[in-house]
Amino acid sequence: MKFLKFLRLSVKVFFRGGRYFYFWIGFLTLLMIWGASGYIHQFNNGLIETNMRDSVSWGFYIGNFTFLVGVAAASVMLVIPAYLYEWKPIKEVVIFGEILAVSSVLMCLLFIAVDMGRPLRFWHMLPVLGTMNFPSSILTWDFFVLNSYLLLNFFVVTYLLYNAFLKKEYNKSIVMPLIFISIPLAVGIHTVTAFLYNGMPARHFWNSAILAPKFLTSAFCSGPAVMLILFQILRKITNFKIKDEVIWKIAELMAYAMFINLFLIGSEIFKEYYSDTEQLIYHHYLFSGIGKQKDLVVYSWSSLIFGIIAFCLFLIPKTRKNFFTLNIGAVLIYISVYIEKGIGLIIPAFTPDVLGQFYIYTPSWTEVRVAAGIFSAGFLLFTFMVKVAIAIIFEGFDIDTYEKLKSKDIFRGIKGYHKEPS
Amino acid sequence: MTTNDKHNKTDKFKKFTRKNFLETAASAAGFMLTGCKFDSSLEELFRQKFRTLSEAEKKEIIDRLEKKYSKKYGKKFKVSRKEPIEGTLFGYALDLSRCIGCRRCVYACVKENNQSRKPQIHWIQVLQMEDEKGTDLFHSDVHYNPPKVPEEGHFYMPVACQQCRNPQCTTVCPVKATWQEPDGIVVVDYNWCIGCRNCMAACPYGARHFNWGEPHIPQDEINPNTHYLGNRPRMKGVVEKCTFCIQRVRIGKYPSCVEICPVGARKFGNLLDPESEIRYILKNKRVFVLKEELNTQPKFYYFFGI
Ligand code: SF4
Repeated sequence: MKFLKFLRLSVKVFFRGGRYFYFWIGFLTLLMIWGASGYIHQFNNGLIETNMRDSVSWGFYIGNFTFLVGVAAASVMLVIPAYLYEWKPIKEVVIFGEILAVSSVLMCLLFIAVDMGRPLRFWHMLPVLGTMNFPSSILTWDFFVLNSYLLLNFFVVTYLLYNAFLKKEYNKSIVMPLIFISIPLAVGIHTVTAFLYNGMPARHFWNSAILAPKFLTSAFCSGPAVMLILFQILRKITNFKIKDEVIWKIAELMAYAMFINLFLIGSEIFKEYYSDTEQLIYHHYLFSGIGKQKDLVVYSWSSLIFGIIAFCLFLIPKTRKNFFTLNIGAVLIYISVYIEKGIGLIIPAFTPDVLGQFYIYTPSWTEVRVAAGIFSAGFLLFTFMVKVAIAIIFEGFDIDTYEKLKSKDIFRGIKGYHKEPS
Repeated sequence: MTTNDKHNKTDKFKKFTRKNFLETAASAAGFMLTGCKFDSSLEELFRQKFRTLSEAEKKEIIDRLEKKYSKKYGKKFKVSRKEPIEGTLFGYALDLSRCIGCRRCVYACVKENNQSRKPQIHWIQVLQMEDEKGTDLFHSDVHYNPPKVPEEGHFYMPVACQQCRNPQCTTVCPVKATWQEPDGIVVVDYNWCIGCRNCMAACPYGARHFNWGEPHIPQDEINPNTHYLGNRPRMKGVVEKCTFCIQRVRIGKYPSCVEICPVGARKFGNLLDPESEIRYILKNKRVFVLKEELNTQPKFYYFFGI
């Protein structure tokens, strides 16, 4: 029954908060309801409520999915440098990274679900119950690794927090192997997602061997960008100790990743433009537009320029060590990758379509609504888990204090129960 | 009527209504809880995929389907499940020098195969090409609309499913809802497809089409002679494609596009039969396939006959 107590505490802790917190939660809830009602509309009338059509048969949903796989993968990969450089708060890096991973994978799965024409038939994809087309369909691989990644990370986070709640040392021989599995799995989810696209000879824009490496490097730019900002916030509002040097080190590593990412983008651009085959048309559409159709041009160039600015900001020690410019860089790289891995990856692959026809796709209002709903669900889960983690790790909520506390004390926040940092 | 008979009948009736009632109640409850309208029955929701069903189950499903369609469209429906004929591998050839781009095949296909009129689905796309550019897809136009065809300086290339020997679409399908039959036809189980559209991304010929909305076909235009894996009415959210008119070719008829073509540009036959017209064309004409470099190995050939 201790676990029930843990759950009850988690819920109580979640509702603790001031006006801003409630404003944030209210905002997310409203967005979620708005998105859900958009989805119901789509469920009833079919995907005709989106602007996808036969020519552009994947769009905004799948773009968001791809981007979020990157965030999910990279937040856990941060564990590697944490080990190598022996950063002090390694447990915290692991926990918060995994919380981000869990929320992002959940959003990924939701994005796949809303993109399905017959969502209630999802069980057809399960082994035993349905017919999983394994190993030939990469989509089944993706489905499999994403779900394992979700379960694994969810288990590790819960296990670590629960043990902290019980004031027990966690069992290293359980946790360590799992963390070590989750790192290659993180690489795995993103590689498999890249293979989903690049294994298709029909779509020249994807059919390039550097797609998977590009996915990994760009993920290593966007995932840690979230963590950087999260660490700074945690440091302000809790007694989470993370040295400036660690943050700068993360930024420096990101700069290397950004460099490789830009290099790979450059290599691809060179190959396409210099060899100038008829397949150049997709890059043309992306970077310069074809005829009057210039819809993606502003996005592709902003992505590229933001990427370069962020790289400079992170590379130059002076701007890297200035938190103002550092945070600007983090936001810029986040936007840059969001465009590159989202619409910049999906739409040009379909425009023009395989028979050379142009259908100009922009997401419909329903798609925007549903996406907003999914993002708020993810943020809500993220907020919830982060609050529980903060309460247990930094504020000394554990089984003993829980027994002594009345719920209104929890609600007010407890003085005198703050654990001093050891 | 013996009492026993009567008894049986009422029993059946009871069972029927009870099941109906349960289903209606379930979907009504579902609607009230979630606001979602559920458009499939519980049986359909849990139905296994067609290929693995037993004979008896298949028969039951087909009977039920025939009843359902007959009721919906006010016509007697036949849903065949005729298996492939031993020793056939269907192939198609299209004479580009004859095609005049009239799109009669497109509409004959729509009618024969019960494609949705609204939203509009066309299994055949006719591309208008410029004479001086040749068969360059990036300079083609499907939306051509002159008062009279053929237009000066243009030729026409109809494209539908190329019925590849090495199809990408079936490889990528996560649930094996689409596969190649022994007679070479690539089919879709509409009750098994989850609508992920992975196959559409993988198809190099734009041959797969999605039911973006609830398909709509006027009652008086419906074709009641159907095949389970072919032209039976579809539901929203699933993929469909050309099946070489599986309901016709498996009983020895030509596909309807072959029959309708006013200039005889379309040829169809059994690739395994050395005496067939299609084999004659392969041997004696300059044939080519679309996007040969992708190794899809189409069984749909283009040629210039004159
Ligand atoms: S859309 Fe249907 S047929 Fe196509 S890959 Fe997905 S489940 Fe298979």
